[in-house]
Amino acid sequence: MLKITDLHVHYGGIHALKGVSLEVPQGKIVTLIGANGAGKSSTLRAIAGLVKNKKGSITYNGRELLGLNPVEVVKAGIVMAPEGRRIFPHLTVMENLHLGAYSRDDKDGIAADLAWVFELFPRMKERQDQKGGTLSGGEQQMLALGRAIMGKPQVVMLDEPSLGLAPLVVRDVFEIIKTINQERGMTVLLVEQNAFAALKVAHQAYVLETGTVVLEGTGEQLIADQRVCQAYLGG
Amino acid sequence: MTPEMFIQHALNSLTLGSLYALIAIGYTMVYGILRLINFAHSEIFMLGAYFVFWGVSLFSLPWPLAVAASIVFTAGLGIMVDRIAYRPLRDAPRISALISSIGVSFFLQNVAIVFFQAIPRGVYRPEWMEQPWIVGAVRILPITLFVPVLSVLFMLGLLYIVYRTKTGLGMRAISKDIETSYLMGVNVNRVIAITFGIGSGLAAASGIMWALRYPQIQPMMGTIPGFKAFIAAVFGGIGSIQGAVVGGVVLGFIEIMTVAFFPDLAGYRDAFAFILLIGVLLFKPTGLFGARVEDKV
Ligand SMILES: Nc1ncnc2c1ncn2[C@@H]1O[C@H](COP(=O)(O)OP(=O)(O)O)[C@@H](O)[C@H]1O
Ligand SMILES: [Mg+2]
Repeated sequence: MLKITDLHVHYGGIHALKGVSLEVPQGKIVTLIGANGAGKSSTLRAIAGLVKNKKGSITYNGRELLGLNPVEVVKAGIVMAPEGRRIFPHLTVMENLHLGAYSRDDKDGIAADLAWVFELFPRMKERQDQKGGTLSGGEQQMLALGRAIMGKPQVVMLDEPSLGLAPLVVRDVFEIIKTINQERGMTVLLVEQNAFAALKVAHQAYVLETGTVVLEGTGEQLIADQRVCQAYLGG
Repeated sequence: MTPEMFIQHALNSLTLGSLYALIAIGYTMVYGILRLINFAHSEIFMLGAYFVFWGVSLFSLPWPLAVAASIVFTAGLGIMVDRIAYRPLRDAPRISALISSIGVSFFLQNVAIVFFQAIPRGVYRPEWMEQPWIVGAVRILPITLFVPVLSVLFMLGLLYIVYRTKTGLGMRAISKDIETSYLMGVNVNRVIAITFGIGSGLAAASGIMWALRYPQIQPMMGTIPGFKAFIAAVFGGIGSIQGAVVGGVVLGFIEIMTVAFFPDLAGYRDAFAFILLIGVLLFKPTGLFGARVEDKV
């Protein structure tokens, strides 16, 4: 289980996270929703080891991760697909995927996961020699997901994977999230603006407002919740 | 000009050009990753030559061994410079690392003056390099071929590392997006250290061959070739390895051929590179192979 306790993050004078606590049980999909600037990305980035100025505790199966650098976090089994996809436009699809497996040495395992990624995203197989930058937005998102999977994460953190995508592609993204969770038992920590879709796939959900958790419950509970409905589901 | 003379000049151009290219690769790789103009690079070039001098005269090493030792040593020195002078400034404004590199450059020059003294010294040159081969009317010193051939081998090795190895993939990733590379598990500091090591080793190789070609060394010997190689890198498109190689060779040809065809201009030889720089900056600031590089925030 990934457990965050009383996490604080500061950027200069800005107190972005003010004591966030949340739990991501093994094998579950947990979503973190909230308005722009609520601190969702900061939470993921702190877990990933990208944020320097932080306090509190982040444990994974009892091991403290707070002081680790991003490479050590990846090696601990937690991989993040950052906001905005951030694929490498000048590298080929194949190179992008291999980069996702950078911390691994198990050749056979990498080959097997590559085959699986190509099965999940047949388009990536067709385009494996194409430069990442030539892909459409939806394909780039698939590449970003595939790249994260190549790290063989136990926990995968996705920062707004559906942002800016066409409705049909959004549906695919959520399908993939369900698939990797169900088929491989990957734990997913999902940050989304698309609250409705996220709550529907999530086992557990947290609502973040200006750096604090204001609500938590199962996905179904929050979909039914009056306050969530008004604030995030458009009525 | 006779065809024989032309061939002679072309070979000289190629030699000079490949020496520039080897230095330019280090500038371009470091710039490509850190957006840093590493002014200390020209001193690495100089020290590469001095270490061979030392190895041969002080430790009586056989020349090839002294060369290998020097390249390894200088690569280590480049890594140390990064570790001590640049890495602590990774999150600082970029100008800080630039100023730091100017500081390192002066520091190394002065250390060289203290240890090696400012007087120019002649260097040992293996005898086989001076036995000319006569092909028709062309007289070729083995060294004239030795330098480009060795340079090409070094460059092939480099291309192999950059395009065929995992570390190379890491380098190419870091040059675009350090943070995301980190998230993929790329050990950024290690890859940067390796980059400095490779760039410095190549600069040392260039310095060593430079000393063979113009068989005198002194602590300031890196400055002008360093500037010119930097210009070659800008001309080729800074950040691009192919660009650095092409830029270096083109610059070598411009220098030698202009003087060959217009001997009156010999006195302006060092100015050509700078004229080229101004031309590039005016008409094609991204250089031959350069992509527009966004400023990193
Ligand atoms: N690098 C940064 N420097 C300064 N402030 C930041 C930085 N990143 C985020 N913030 C601030 O922290 C708060 C939370 O941001 P973020 O975690 O990105 O929110 P969300 O992902 O929920 O939109 C915002 O007020 C944002 O302006
Ligand atoms: Mg965000």
